[in-house]
Amino acid sequence: MKKGDWFLIGGVALLAVASLAFWGLTRQEGAQVTVEVDGQEVASYPLSEDLSVEITGWNGGTNQLEIRGGVASVTGASCPDQLCVHQGEIRYSGQTIVCLPNRVVVTVEGGTEPEVDGVAG
Amino acid sequence: MRDRKVQERMRGRKTALYGLLVALALVLSYVEAQIPAFFMVPGMKLGLTNVVVLAALYRLGGRDALILNLVRIVLVAFTFGNLFSMLYSLAGGILSFLAMAAGKKSGKFSIVGVSVLGGVAHNIGQILVAMAVLENRNLAWYLPFLLASGLGAGVLVGVVGGQLVKRLPAWDGAR
Repeated sequence: MKKGDWFLIGGVALLAVASLAFWGLTRQEGAQVTVEVDGQEVASYPLSEDLSVEITGWNGGTNQLEIRGGVASVTGASCPDQLCVHQGEIRYSGQTIVCLPNRVVVTVEGGTEPEVDGVAG
Repeated sequence: MRDRKVQERMRGRKTALYGLLVALALVLSYVEAQIPAFFMVPGMKLGLTNVVVLAALYRLGGRDALILNLVRIVLVAFTFGNLFSMLYSLAGGILSFLAMAAGKKSGKFSIVGVSVLGGVAHNIGQILVAMAVLENRNLAWYLPFLLASGLGAGVLVGVVGGQLVKRLPAWDGAR
């Protein structure tokens, strides 16, 4: 191990902790979740109401979206890797659950923060 | 005459090492595919196959390591993945290769540092492609986790890669 290694390891660790701390300090509880398929917004649900809905993604794949007690999660998916299911629960503005095979992105939005226009700049 | 014979034998050995490393990369990809998805963030990977790229970089040289890396990505995509997973792998693989080659050339890092550079660059490359494909900038939220996982995996892969390099023969002109 060289000196440069330690600087690099320390630097990356510091950056990770700093960005995590920044997120922790600026996070806001969201008001609703939006569902995007292949970059297009297809649906939006308020986090205040419990629900369970099936999302049809790109190429016919499906994801089961659940909202319970102000927290959204994906509880089932047609893809083999089930990454989106393992991504757990989201509740803060900006948090996402992604299913790459189905090109489905579930994002928490709103909250006390002013609404940001969803069109990519 | 004698020189040519020696050269040819060396070339044969190099070819054998090439094949060995590609085979090892395939096996490691398979092993990695069996690990349950506790890496919850898209693009997060243990990057076991990076052990092979590291070994190639240190034993065959930059050009051959790049070719081996590309061959590995294409083969793995056709064996275990699909065209989309290949796109992600290519972005991560090429970015991580460039970072490792530059890190090695700078002479400031040992193989562990070089591997960390590769791991972090790989994860950042994949999240950038995911952001582009899904047209979603919120994915940047995953960055701290990708940095941390790239760091941890990079150290692990670097230590293992160092052991592999120690056990592989060196060539003249490989550096």
